[in-house]
Amino acid sequence: MKMAGARIVLECLKRQGVDLIFGLPGGAVLPIYDALYDFEGLRHILVRQEAAAGHAAEGYARTSGRVGVCLVTSGPAATNLVTALQDAMMDSIPIVAFTGQVPTHLIGNDAFQEADNVGITRPCTKHNFLVKDGNDLGPIIREAFHIASTGRPGPVHVDLPKDILVKEWDLVWPDKIQMRSYNPNYDGHPGQIKRAAKLMARAKKPVLYVGGGVISADANAELRELAELTQIPLTQTLMGLGSFPMEHPLSLDMLGMHGSYYANMAVHHSDVLVAVGARFDDRVTGRVDAFAPKAEIIHIDIDPSSISKNIKVDVPIVGDCRRVLAKLVEALREELREEPAPAVREGRRQWAAQIAEWKRDFPFRYEWSDDVVKPQHVVQEISNATGGEAFIVTGVGQHQMWTAQYYKFKHPRMWCTSGGLGTMGYGLPTAMGVQAAHPGKLVINIDGDGSFQMNSQELATCFTEGLPVKTVIINNGGHGMVRQWQRIIYKERYSAIDLPQIPDWVRLAEAYGCVGLRVTKPSEVLPAIEKMISTPAPVILDVCVDKDECVFPMVPAGGANTDMILEPPTREVRDKAAKSQTGF
Amino acid sequence: MPNGNEPRKHTIAVLVENKFGVLSRVAGLFSARGYNIESLSVGETLDPSVSRMTLVVRGDEFVIEQATKQLHKLIDVIKVTDLTDESHVERELVLIRVNAEPSNRAEILRTADIFRARVVDVTPVSFVLEATGDEGKLEALIELLRPMGIQELVRTGKVVIARGPKTRVRRVEAPRKPRVADDPRVVGFAD
Ligand SMILES: Cc1cc2nc3c(=O)[nH]c(=O)nc-3n(C[C@H](O)[C@H](O)[C@H](O)COP(=O)(O)OP(=O)(O)OC[C@H]3O[C@@H](n4cnc5c(N)ncnc54)[C@H](O)[C@@H]3O)c2cc1C
Ligand SMILES: Cc1ncc(C[n+]2csc(CCOP(=O)(O)OP(=O)(O)O)c2C)c(N)n1
Ligand SMILES: [Mg+2]
Repeated sequence: MKMAGARIVLECLKRQGVDLIFGLPGGAVLPIYDALYDFEGLRHILVRQEAAAGHAAEGYARTSGRVGVCLVTSGPAATNLVTALQDAMMDSIPIVAFTGQVPTHLIGNDAFQEADNVGITRPCTKHNFLVKDGNDLGPIIREAFHIASTGRPGPVHVDLPKDILVKEWDLVWPDKIQMRSYNPNYDGHPGQIKRAAKLMARAKKPVLYVGGGVISADANAELRELAELTQIPLTQTLMGLGSFPMEHPLSLDMLGMHGSYYANMAVHHSDVLVAVGARFDDRVTGRVDAFAPKAEIIHIDIDPSSISKNIKVDVPIVGDCRRVLAKLVEALREELREEPAPAVREGRRQWAAQIAEWKRDFPFRYEWSDDVVKPQHVVQEISNATGGEAFIVTGVGQHQMWTAQYYKFKHPRMWCTSGGLGTMGYGLPTAMGVQAAHPGKLVINIDGDGSFQMNSQELATCFTEGLPVKTVIINNGGHGMVRQWQRIIYKERYSAIDLPQIPDWVRLAEAYGCVGLRVTKPSEVLPAIEKMISTPAPVILDVCVDKDECVFPMVPAGGANTDMILEPPTREVRDKAAKSQTGF
Repeated sequence: MPNGNEPRKHTIAVLVENKFGVLSRVAGLFSARGYNIESLSVGETLDPSVSRMTLVVRGDEFVIEQATKQLHKLIDVIKVTDLTDESHVERELVLIRVNAEPSNRAEILRTADIFRARVVDVTPVSFVLEATGDEGKLEALIELLRPMGIQELVRTGKVVIARGPKTRVRRVEAPRKPRVADDPRVVGFAD
């Protein structure tokens, strides 16, 4: 039976198991919106700006483990979407984005609302397609979902010219996907796994360094088994948070630029470093030649191009971390059947003692105040009030780092943050996607007053679509993270960082039909959080915090992780940092 | 011997799906990293659904390793081979239009002869020469013709093929038989 291309798109989505899409209509995709009018089983959430559709799809994908889908029109809508595509690209989030395009015979004619969509999205997607023949719709959509969700996950873009959507075609649905040019490798090399197991069993100062790949692979159970079997301490990247419970005695919390002192010291002094689904980002390594200088490095990653990209790896294992970790556990059981040599046992004992000392002497800390709210305290209270059981999303800046430091993450797939691209405005739309994927669950967006304003229009979506996202604005009256850098590195020459108390967040919330709350004193924080949680509607909780507070510890850009500073730095450190080439 | 860290020229053969856009994917991968492609040639293979690109790029081992991995990562790329250290034959074709005054016509023809270049166009004031060879030979020819006044010069970019094995082996590509992909109505079919 022949049907319009638009209808075929929806049928394919259904066959692909999609039940929710985020989008915003326009000329080129009107045929799809028309088909959607009486199409059963597919919920559409109307966002207020296209980037929000992309971020919502990211939130949906990261927390559900399924592919997120968004649909927007041609030209300006497609270009609005670009930020979200690049965000998903950097953080390896599986989404499929559909854009409208002018009819095929007008492509290249500077037609109304035309943009070279596939040309623009090529470098910010894992793959993209321009559909030029309606018979390809099914196969292309099938491949798009396959590519997005397998191997190293990522965004895939499908550009749909209007005539293809209008004309009638047969629905072609291949029952198998066969691509000779794309076959990700899931099973690690057995020889390499064995080598890794031997190294780990004999290490005196081993550390596990785990990242977002563990979340993508749903490998947290295998990871925990490995850590507990070997008793190797474990640190997580910003993207890996939730892969291992923070309260576990082996947890060293986050590493990197704003990671814990103990994680960075442990990595620096390690003799065997096991990287699992982590990509040695410069925010983690600091100066690369000073990163884990004494360690033999084992790296498990599904993407061969991640391996030895920034740091030379001694034992590369290309594969899916879930499968590789399972095999590694087996191999280690074998290795550990033999008693470790006394020197190894003694080394491990000293290592555990050393780490315990670092943890005791240099915990995350801040100065308490009875008068002004400390942002770290807000995050601690959210963590306590939710017991680590809420979905947490953030914007980008200081509040994001404090959330990473002070929230006690317990479970995977309950944390969304823009790590690779650092996209301000990510918070609210992403939280919306998370809420849509998990109706009835508590979703908290811990946002900055700067970041939130980049997508605050989505409060309207939250209200109209019944998505009761709770936003806590860590309101420091400005671009706090930028201010921190200007304070530490640019000699307190504060330039373009003030955000005067505009808008009034409580009234803004109310204008959008949401609930607005404000606190200014430390004693009010917990009651307000409790009230927020028990409110069924979307809420903005405006917490006015100390604007002078900085995120510590901190590795100044271009520094080695051992240059980590624990408090506002001396002039000497400041001058050194000012000379560094890597900004943020 | 290069220690692996000195930049040098690499010749990389890339088999890709013969689909539109694939050239810009490959080119974009290099330009996005600030690497320059020194020469590039593209053509269909025995299987018309597969194209072969031959790229010449300069870089140290590290750059080339990343570039090769990134090429592999492109969904439309089937196979990547760095032929630099493999035994191979390389050829490039050049067309040169050179001033031909009565005083130097004989000299040009003699030079062409030595380099086994062919004269493919003649006018009272110019010759067009066609020459094939490896890079060194073509450079030498160009240098000799330069004093005569080269009006225009076009090079194809390098094509490269691995040398045959020393002993008899199974044929890599079976003799061609008609198949679906030969149907002109089917574009970019994988069989
Ligand atoms: C203001 C700011 C400050 C930051 N500070 C820090 C900081 O202090 N510390 C920090 O850690 N980060 C920090 N970041 C984040 C940082 O920029 C990177 O995004 C982050 O470190 C990358 O995390 P990751 O290594 O886990 O890699 P991800 O980006 O999560 O990549 C995942 C890796 O796993 C691989 N993978 C994917 N799926 C699988 C699978 N199934 N099996 C095996 N492997 C797989 C991928 O190929 C990839 O290599 C900061 C970001 C911002 C915006
Ligand atoms: C889209 C975008 N523009 C600019 C930046 C640079 N930037 C990083 S953090 C930051 C300030 C963020 O301010 P806010 O959201 O209030 O967070 P705070 O640091 O104050 O907690 C800026 C401008 C960015 N990351 N993203
Ligand atoms: Mg702020």
